[in-house]
Amino acid sequence: MAKNLNLTLQVWRQKDAKSEGGFKSYKAEGISDDMSFLEMLDIVNEGLIKAGDEPIAFDHDCREGICGMCSMVINGRPHGPKDRTTTCQLHMRSFQDGDEIVIEPWRAKAFPVQRDLVVDRSAFDRVVAAGGFITANTGAAPDANAIPVPKEKADLAMAAAECIGCGACVAACPNASAMLFVSAKVSHLAHLPQGQAERMIRVRDMVAQMDDEEFGTCTNHGECEAACPKSVQLENIALMNRDYLKASLTYRPEVDAGGGL
Amino acid sequence: MELKSNVPAGAIETLWEQHRFNMKLVNPANKRKYKVIVVGSGLAGAAAAATMGELGYQVECYCYQDSPRRAHSIAAQGGINAAKNYRGDGDSIYRLFYDTVKGGDFRSREANVYRLAENSVKIIDQAVAQGVPFAREYGGLLDNRSFGGAQVSRTFYAKGQTGQQLLLGAYQALERQIGLGTVAMHTRHEMLELIVVDGHAKGIVVRDMVSGKVESHLGDAVVLATGGYGNVFYLSTNAKGCNVTANWRAYKKGAAFANPCYTQIHPTCIPVTGDHQSKLTLMSESLRNDGRVWAPKRKEDCGKKPGEIKEEDRDYFLERKYPSFGNLVPRDVASRNAKEVCDEGRGVGPGGRGVYLDFADAIKRLGKHKVEEKYGNLFEMYERITDENPYEVPMRIYPAVHYTMGGLWVDYNLQSTIPGLFVGGEANFSDHGANRLGASALMQGLSDGYFIIPYTIGNYLAGQSPAKRPTADHAEVKAAEAAVKARNERLLSIGGKETPTHFHRELGKIMWEYCGMARNEEGLKKAIGLIGELKKEFWSNLRVPGTGEELNQSLEMAGRVADFIELGELMCLDALERRESCGGHFREEFQTPEGEALRDDSQFCNAAAWEYKGEGVKPEKHLEPLEFEHVHLATRSYK
Repeated sequence: MAKNLNLTLQVWRQKDAKSEGGFKSYKAEGISDDMSFLEMLDIVNEGLIKAGDEPIAFDHDCREGICGMCSMVINGRPHGPKDRTTTCQLHMRSFQDGDEIVIEPWRAKAFPVQRDLVVDRSAFDRVVAAGGFITANTGAAPDANAIPVPKEKADLAMAAAECIGCGACVAACPNASAMLFVSAKVSHLAHLPQGQAERMIRVRDMVAQMDDEEFGTCTNHGECEAACPKSVQLENIALMNRDYLKASLTYRPEVDAGGGL
Repeated sequence: MELKSNVPAGAIETLWEQHRFNMKLVNPANKRKYKVIVVGSGLAGAAAAATMGELGYQVECYCYQDSPRRAHSIAAQGGINAAKNYRGDGDSIYRLFYDTVKGGDFRSREANVYRLAENSVKIIDQAVAQGVPFAREYGGLLDNRSFGGAQVSRTFYAKGQTGQQLLLGAYQALERQIGLGTVAMHTRHEMLELIVVDGHAKGIVVRDMVSGKVESHLGDAVVLATGGYGNVFYLSTNAKGCNVTANWRAYKKGAAFANPCYTQIHPTCIPVTGDHQSKLTLMSESLRNDGRVWAPKRKEDCGKKPGEIKEEDRDYFLERKYPSFGNLVPRDVASRNAKEVCDEGRGVGPGGRGVYLDFADAIKRLGKHKVEEKYGNLFEMYERITDENPYEVPMRIYPAVHYTMGGLWVDYNLQSTIPGLFVGGEANFSDHGANRLGASALMQGLSDGYFIIPYTIGNYLAGQSPAKRPTADHAEVKAAEAAVKARNERLLSIGGKETPTHFHRELGKIMWEYCGMARNEEGLKKAIGLIGELKKEFWSNLRVPGTGEELNQSLEMAGRVADFIELGELMCLDALERRESCGGHFREEFQTPEGEALRDDSQFCNAAAWEYKGEGVKPEKHLEPLEFEHVHLATRSYK
């Protein structure tokens, strides 16, 4: 049977990127433990609007754990206390009556706060634009079964491709490094025969863009893997490091000039 | 207004090829002079934007999310159909075409559906080339599974995340073009008005959702790929942000809205737990491949634990009523049967609105490991939401609003009734008739985006001159901008007591009750009255805090709810005037003695497209007659 909880929230409020932010305290009362965390915030927001206050801005969309839009640090953990769970899939049964819950935005230099819990993650898009793709213009593809892909390889590619681009890895990392995100894409495409042609240039370009975005460096804390709601593995980072080293050793400037490998 | 389908004459098998040859081309050097605006970055939008960028057009792409990768196509779980016949089980382009027309209950345009089936094979090729990690067999070739409404195995999948992987493929192609500078991406921008100059779509007015700035963007053509309107029901499987605003703005500027009453209620969703519920979660239809749907035979057993109900006291109602398709009947049939069982008082779970989806037999037959491999992520999601372990206790499921077959009317070129306005994906009305088969939405979005709009738009652009593109000081542009600003001001200044969500929830209740799984004349008339009252209440008692010049999620929501209210009214009107049952539109007055949908082909073998006639005036209905030369009109039977 559903239980009701009374909670105290400490929420980060910040008007916009330029303003200074701070924590504000709110009561969340009569919260059913069947609710999702975001439904609890919906109810708090309804109350705020009715009381003439401004509701808490937060990102969310699909509410089924796949779009990667929801982003908040709950009691010091990105996406909250449950492993392999996005905030939208976190339910209030993970909390106790009387709990105090601290809610903050992702914190990273590369993810500036836009308002309250909403941050700008466009740096991720720019990293993908730098090389996170296979060049295959529409209409140019051979038959899908022309190149067999061993099941083990396809499964490894799929496991890396499950990344939802939420940014929890960056938020969890003490250095705000994006290595897990970037390596997931590098690894997804490196495991497939279709991804081989651009494998070296891809890893170089993506890492260069990652550095330009001012993400931190990786010091092997492993916090990213623990925070990842999709269980993207650290071994992807190892693969990326190997590929990056190879790419650096075999680097030829004419590649940058468009001359091909 | 005249609805000209522009389907060329000729044999259906070669129609599209012929048409592509007959269409005008824009030469490569001239393409870069043209600017195309694409609204939406899901499968249809991202695919169209990327492909047009590759072709050399200047593309401006807009989405309301913080990244194009988050569009709701990402949530599609089960798979994508393609007539590859890799199983050798008798599939063909013609069979996929046939199944789709029949599944749509004979309310789609044959020529469009044939083209869709034709393109399906190219989509799989394209996706594999992009690195989409579809499931494979040990020999390295692609795996398939079966899906509702078909007797062949033609569904390609990537675990339970096929939509995600296909969208990432399109997103990566889009990002490549952004990197190359052919596409300019505008995230967190919401389209709030369409700009029409001399009868042609020439731009949009958007609001920057971070700064609040209202700005106009002009081009030589506009593509809307803005998704469906299932959120008119408040509770649906759509993402919270999905909305009808872009389509509604286009409707009010002259684009006809076709078949708004065709909504799909998906049979396998997690039941509602209480009033706090903000959305519903779908469990992929692929689960019906191995799960068996049942309810207790007797009302008295409903309160018991499922394990305590003996085999002979269980009613496997889909297998009983439809022996040849069993649990794999199309969605509309499965949903209606679940509702019927619950209406009889045999439902299970909170409020008696649920039936069981049981995997005990599958686990016995295949082993837990195999079931986990196939459906592991879905089982996990179910457990996270309900706190019940589906390996041990059968899932509880109930139908929920999932997809809308209606949308902006388009011709064979996917052009709306406004020249220069193209519509792709769920946003248009075209290919699914009155009911969409599973694993066909991804197929249609990508077919429209990769393989249709980039060609047909060239034919339109060849007749346009980029030098004559209107500029920001054009009177129509100024007027559209002023309208957006005035509307936002009005929403902000009502100063009432209720939140946008309150009105949305109330609208949803009306729509679900009277325009949901079963509809009747009395209920629909009542709903129209109730929606009218709700609209008045909305515009006099709404409260939107804050200002327009900042990130203001309440303002965004208020604008969307205002449009949903108007759409709801049109849906009820369309449902009222379609005096037959077909596919997802079930009118209680029109059913067979066995309770199946009863079509009336003598009067309603058509698409109904509504033309906006002004505030408070009844919209005008135009009919496009549908002809079935290849798939002969017949009563659907899945028995």
